[in-house]
Amino acid sequence: MRAVRAHFTTMRIPVESYRLPNGLLVTCSEDHSAPVVAVNLWYHVGSANEREGRTGFAHLFEHMLFQGSEHVGSNEHFELVQRAGGTLNGSTWLDRTNYFETVPSHHLELALWLEADRMGALLPAMTQEKLDTQRDVVMNERRWSVDNQPYGSWWERLPMLCYPPTHPFHHSLMGSMEDLTAASLDDVAGFFRTFYTPDNAVLTIAGDFDATEVRTMVERHFGEIPRGNGRPPLAPMELPRTFGEWKREVVEDDVMLPRLFLTFRTSVFGSSAYYAGSVCAAVLGMRRGSRLYRALVREREVASDVSAFTWDLAKGADLLVVDATARPGTDAVTLEAAVVAEIDRLRTEGAGADEVARALALIETDYVMSMQAAGDRADALSKFATLFGDPALVNEQLDKYRAVTADAVTAFAREFLGEDNRASLVYVPRAVAEEA
Amino acid sequence: MTISERPQPGDPRPYEFPSTERFTLGNGLRVIVAPMPRLPLVSILAVVDAGASGDGAGNEGLASLTAAALAEGAAERGGPALAEAFERLGTGLESGAGWDDATVQLTVTPARLDDALALLADVLMAPRFADGDVARLKAERLAELLQERVEPRGLADERFARVVYDESSRYARAAGGTSASVRALDAAQVRAWHEARYSGATTTLIVTGDVTPERVRSLVERRLGAWSRPVQRMPAVVVGARSRVRGVHVVSKADAPQSELRVGHLGLPRGHGDYFATVVMNAVLGGLFGSRINLNLREVHAYTYGAHSAFDWRRAAGPFVVGTAVKTEVTDAAVREILLEIDRIRDAVVSIDEMELATKYLGGVFPIRYETTGAVAGALAMANVYGLDDDYFGTYRDRIAAVTPADVLAAARAHLHPDELQVLAVGDASAIEGPLAALQLGVLSVTNADDDEGADA
Repeated sequence: MRAVRAHFTTMRIPVESYRLPNGLLVTCSEDHSAPVVAVNLWYHVGSANEREGRTGFAHLFEHMLFQGSEHVGSNEHFELVQRAGGTLNGSTWLDRTNYFETVPSHHLELALWLEADRMGALLPAMTQEKLDTQRDVVMNERRWSVDNQPYGSWWERLPMLCYPPTHPFHHSLMGSMEDLTAASLDDVAGFFRTFYTPDNAVLTIAGDFDATEVRTMVERHFGEIPRGNGRPPLAPMELPRTFGEWKREVVEDDVMLPRLFLTFRTSVFGSSAYYAGSVCAAVLGMRRGSRLYRALVREREVASDVSAFTWDLAKGADLLVVDATARPGTDAVTLEAAVVAEIDRLRTEGAGADEVARALALIETDYVMSMQAAGDRADALSKFATLFGDPALVNEQLDKYRAVTADAVTAFAREFLGEDNRASLVYVPRAVAEEA
Repeated sequence: MTISERPQPGDPRPYEFPSTERFTLGNGLRVIVAPMPRLPLVSILAVVDAGASGDGAGNEGLASLTAAALAEGAAERGGPALAEAFERLGTGLESGAGWDDATVQLTVTPARLDDALALLADVLMAPRFADGDVARLKAERLAELLQERVEPRGLADERFARVVYDESSRYARAAGGTSASVRALDAAQVRAWHEARYSGATTTLIVTGDVTPERVRSLVERRLGAWSRPVQRMPAVVVGARSRVRGVHVVSKADAPQSELRVGHLGLPRGHGDYFATVVMNAVLGGLFGSRINLNLREVHAYTYGAHSAFDWRRAAGPFVVGTAVKTEVTDAAVREILLEIDRIRDAVVSIDEMELATKYLGGVFPIRYETTGAVAGALAMANVYGLDDDYFGTYRDRIAAVTPADVLAAARAHLHPDELQVLAVGDASAIEGPLAALQLGVLSVTNADDDEGADA
C-alpha cells in the first residue's frame, strides 16, 4: 500500500481568483507551454431552474446564445472564433450551462468581448425567426441523440426514475416537443434577465496570457454589466439518504440486447461520502480489472460490457450508476441477477486494499490527464468555482481521493448499495417484450 | 454597457510542434521521442504494420481481433492478471487495428514508465492468444454487429462503404469484419497473424511527455531490443468504385423519426499531391460549423442538428462523404441541398472571405489539437504510417496558408464527382422512398436494416 502511494504525483495548477464589483467571479490559471488560451463561462442555471411547462428551455436558450447579440451578428460568434483559429461550444446540464472557446492566445480579447457582449446585451439581437429556427434545430438534436438512438433515452429516464416528480432534477433536460413549441421570445427575455447576470456566473481564463493585461481586459469588457436581481429559489432539493425501496422501470425499445442501469442514491458531489462512492464505483466498474468486468464479461460471459460511475451532482443527492449490456443469449433477469450478486458480494466481503489501490491509481492518472488541455483545465476551475465558490479545490481533489481507505469503500457499499436504495432501469428488445 | 468596437488581435506568439528525437534499434525497431515536460505524464504508442487493410478475403476482422486479443494475457499473466498489472500502474492498455496499422497504447506517470514498458513488451512479444479469450472477443464483436442493426449512424457508415467500394476492395467491409467473416476466425489464425506481422522491424514506438530521449533509449533497448524475427510486410492496398454512375440506396428502419444520410464517393489516398488544397476545399464545403453545407442545412433550413463533409484519409483512397441526420419529411430536400452545394463549389471560385475562414481556422487550431501527450503521439504515428517528412508538422500551417482560391476550385473539380455520388439513407422507407425517387438521381434500391450481408443489387 505504502509502496503504491509513494508513486502518487504532485500536480499543482496555478489558480488566482477575484470578484468584480458586479459579482462576476473571475478565475485565472497561467500556463505558457503553448500559445493557446481558453475562456470558459459557467452560468449557474440548468434544467433544474426551468418552470413547469417549459422543460427543455435552458438548453434551447443555450442555442440562442449563439444567434448573436447587440454587436455580433447571427452565427457570427462561431464564425469569428473559427476565423481566429479557435474552437468553441456550449453545453447544458441539470445544474449549470457552460460556454467555452479555446483560441490562439493573441485572440484572447476577441473571446472575452464575444462573451461579454452576449452577457451584457443579448436581447437586442433576439428575433422570432431565430427562435423558430433554433427550436427546429433542437428538435432535430432530440431526434438524433434520444429518439433515434438505441437506449438514447437512458439519461433522461434515469433522473425521472430516481428523483421525485416535484424535484428540480426530475424532468427531461432536452424537454418535450410540446414545451419547446410553447417557448416564446418573452420566455427568452425573462430567462436572460433572471439568470444570465454576472453575479450568477464564473469566468475562467486558462493558458497563455499576461495576468495584468487580462485583468484590464476583463474589467473593460465585463465591468459595466449590471448585477442581476437575484435568482428565484429552486424547489427544495433535499432528499432522504436512500430511495427507501427498489424502484424499477422496464422500457421496451428498438434495441437488440438487454441493458441495465442499476442506480443508487448517494451523497452529493464534494461530500466525503462522495469520494468513497467514486472509488467504490471504480472498484466495481472502472476498466477490465474491476469486479464487475471480471465477473460478468470475462468469467460468466453474461455481459458484453459493464462500467460504473457517479453522476456528480452537487445538490440534493448524487447517483451511482452501474451500466451493463447483456451478451446475446442473456436475458435481462439473468443480467440483473449477475450484477446484483457482485454488489452483494462487495457488501458482504468488503473491499480489499489491493483493489482500492488499483482504483486510486487509475483515478489519479485520469485526473492528471484531464488537466492537459487548457479548455478542460478551465472547465474544471469553473466547476469548482460555481459549485463550491472555490476554484482552488481543483488542487485538492487527488488528496480527497487518496484519503479513501478500503474500510471507507466497504462502509459506503454497506450504507448505500443495499436493496432499499436501488433503481433498475432496464431496456429490453421490443420483439421479446411482445412475445412475453 | 458593452463595447461595440471589435478587439484587434495582438501579435501572434511563436508556436513549435514538440520537437522529436528519432533512433532505430539494432532489430529495426524505430523509436520517436517527443519530450513534453509540462505535466507528470508519459504516453507510449506502439504502431505495428498490421492494419485491417491486410486482412485476406474472407478473413475480414483478423487484424482487429488480433490487436484486441493482445490485451488478453501475455507471458506469465492471464487476461485478468495482465489487466490488473497495468491498472495498478494507473493505466489501461488500449489496443486495436485501424486500416493502416495496429496500435497499442497507454499513458502513465513517469515513475511507472519502466514497469509499464516491461508489460507492454510482454504484450507485443509474448501474447497468449488463448482459445477461450479469442472466442469471447469474437462474441463481443458479433454482439456489436448485432447492435449496429438498430444504430442508424454505424449502420449508415457500414452500408455506405458497401455501396461505394466494389466487392474486391477491403474497404467495402468494416475494419472489424462482418458477422460472417468474424464467425469464421479462430485463435490459430490470430496466432499466425501475429507471428507474420508483429516484430521489431515492423514496429514504431512513440513516446511523448515528461521523459528524456536518453531514458527512453535505455528502457526500450532493454525491453524490446531483442524482439526480432522475419515478418511479412503489408500488401499494397488496391480499391475500386462499385459504380461510376449515381445511385440511391434506402436502408429501411421502420418508424425512424430521422433519416441518417450519407452522400459521397471514392476519395483520395493520403499520399495524393492535392492533399492541402483538398483539405481547405472540404473545410469550405462542409468541414466547419461555418461551412456551406452546415449553414445551409442547419441555420438556413433547420433540417438538422448538424451536417458535415469529410475525406477519410487512408493509404489507398478512403471515402469522401457528406453526413447528416435530418427530419424524415425533409429527406429529399436535404439531399437536394447537399447536391447543390457540391455543384456550387465546383462551379465558381470561393470568396476570399470563405478561404480565410478555412485557412485561418485550420492553421489556428493546429496548436490546440496538440495540447496532450496522447494527441501528439497520435499525430506522430499518422506521419510515420503515411511516410510524411520529419518536418511535416513544422510546415503544416504554412502549407495550409499557401492554398489559393484557384487551388480550391481545381481540387473541387478534380476530386468531387457529382455524377458518381452514392446517396444512402437509413430511415423510414415508406415515407422517404417516393420523394427520393422523385429527385430522379439514378437507380433506387431498398434493403432492410437487419439484412446483414445483403448488399443491394
